[in-house]
Amino acid sequence: MTYMKNNDRLRVLNHPVLGAVKAESIYLNFNGRQIAAMEGDTIASALMANDIKNFRQVNPQAQNRGIYCNIGHCFECRVQIENDVTVRACLTKVYDGMQVSSIIQNK
Amino acid sequence: MYDLVIIGAGPSGLEAAIQASKQGVKTFIIDEFYRAGGRLLGQLHQEPNGEWVNGLAIAENLINEAKAFNVQFKLEASVIHLEKSDNGWIIYTNKGVYKTKALLLATGAAERTIALPGNTLPGVISIGAAQVLGNVNRVLPGKRGIIIGVNPLTMAIARELQLCGGNLEGIYLPPKNIINKQDSQPLEIMQRMMGLGNLAPSMLMRIGSKFVPPKLAIQFYPKNGMKVWGIPIYMRKVVTRIIGKTQVEAVEVQHVDIEGNAIGNPEFVPVDFVCLSGGLRPLIELAELAGCDVLHKEALSGAVPLHSESMETKQSGLFLSGNITGVESAKVARAQGKVAGQAIVNYLQPTIDPNKELLNRLAVGVKKARQEALIQFKPNIEQVRSTVYHQYKHG
Repeated sequence: MTYMKNNDRLRVLNHPVLGAVKAESIYLNFNGRQIAAMEGDTIASALMANDIKNFRQVNPQAQNRGIYCNIGHCFECRVQIENDVTVRACLTKVYDGMQVSSIIQNK
Repeated sequence: MYDLVIIGAGPSGLEAAIQASKQGVKTFIIDEFYRAGGRLLGQLHQEPNGEWVNGLAIAENLINEAKAFNVQFKLEASVIHLEKSDNGWIIYTNKGVYKTKALLLATGAAERTIALPGNTLPGVISIGAAQVLGNVNRVLPGKRGIIIGVNPLTMAIARELQLCGGNLEGIYLPPKNIINKQDSQPLEIMQRMMGLGNLAPSMLMRIGSKFVPPKLAIQFYPKNGMKVWGIPIYMRKVVTRIIGKTQVEAVEVQHVDIEGNAIGNPEFVPVDFVCLSGGLRPLIELAELAGCDVLHKEALSGAVPLHSESMETKQSGLFLSGNITGVESAKVARAQGKVAGQAIVNYLQPTIDPNKELLNRLAVGVKKARQEALIQFKPNIEQVRSTVYHQYKHG
């Protein structure tokens, strides 16, 4: 098929009906790790494209959480960006140099 | 002060915006997503004549048409409250407060989830999330996955994921429990799928003609599934739990009888993503906030606000259109949007002879769209809708 495996990434580069997408040309920082992203990505899609499914930790004993609905309904994908602002990763577009971190709940 | 504020920039909201604004109505459209188009974004299917219907392109055309009539868009804005004012409605969002004479709620639908252990693990996403991820974000949800839940949306999005190059190991039923109820019973699902007219014709052809009784079809359904587009559909297997330490690693699968009761021992299937397909429900919270009465109708996929065939509500200046009135295809939502847009024009311009004939013609267009829609979500939609309209008039 048209899915091109690229260093463990899950980007759908080409599509038989929808065509090709632009190359990943920008970077965001997620918990200190540099993540390649495409212009137009959301935080959620950029992380998922890099096979990062864990977005936040509910508490040290319990499960982590990632995207669930991907359209803003469920609020499961929330992350922190600059100045500790909490946003829904699925509704927030990335920009080059964006700083994103997991919300870690300790209690 | 706007003449019309529309909440929801999906197929219905966009059509309503075009219908109203081209007759001089000053229209403002709000959506929470960063792109207009709603559920058109990501829709992709092949018509029986082989032609591809691309929701992204349809959305772009509608947006351009609306913009040509000076419709203003406010994206990335979440509506948090509504209030009735002396001469219309006040809409509170996280990006500002807006006043309008007429308000159209075109909020669409939300997904129902499926209850099973492990369903909050990262890697478990809704089937709609997978659609947006693949076709809009252009990312696969993982390397190898499954879908739980068999319904019209499952079949459409399974095909879309496959076109993205996704690796789907199979489609399974949910486990039997007090929440999943009939959604976990093979016989019930077979009856539903075979009762849905022209839905997924290739699936019906493979399972047998519609002249085969569903009970027979499910009794003799092969344990190892039947393939549609190369994806095995396990109508006699349920996923009993999703397993993983920090994210999805595998699912536990159980062979079941036609009522959904376990037969034999479970097996384990390694996967890194799971899509839950529990169907859709109308997204009605804002209508409730506005004071609309609500009716529960199975054929409309849940509770819907009371409304007329012209998309009016009992609240002055408040209109509805699209999936908030019952889950149906985008084609129907678009046709409803035109009706709502015209009804709003007639409401705002009472001194001009309300164009009743045009409104009636547009209402006929809704029925036509319903007949032509490739995906029928439930049987008896037409009849049940007329009971809603009757209750609006006489109830």
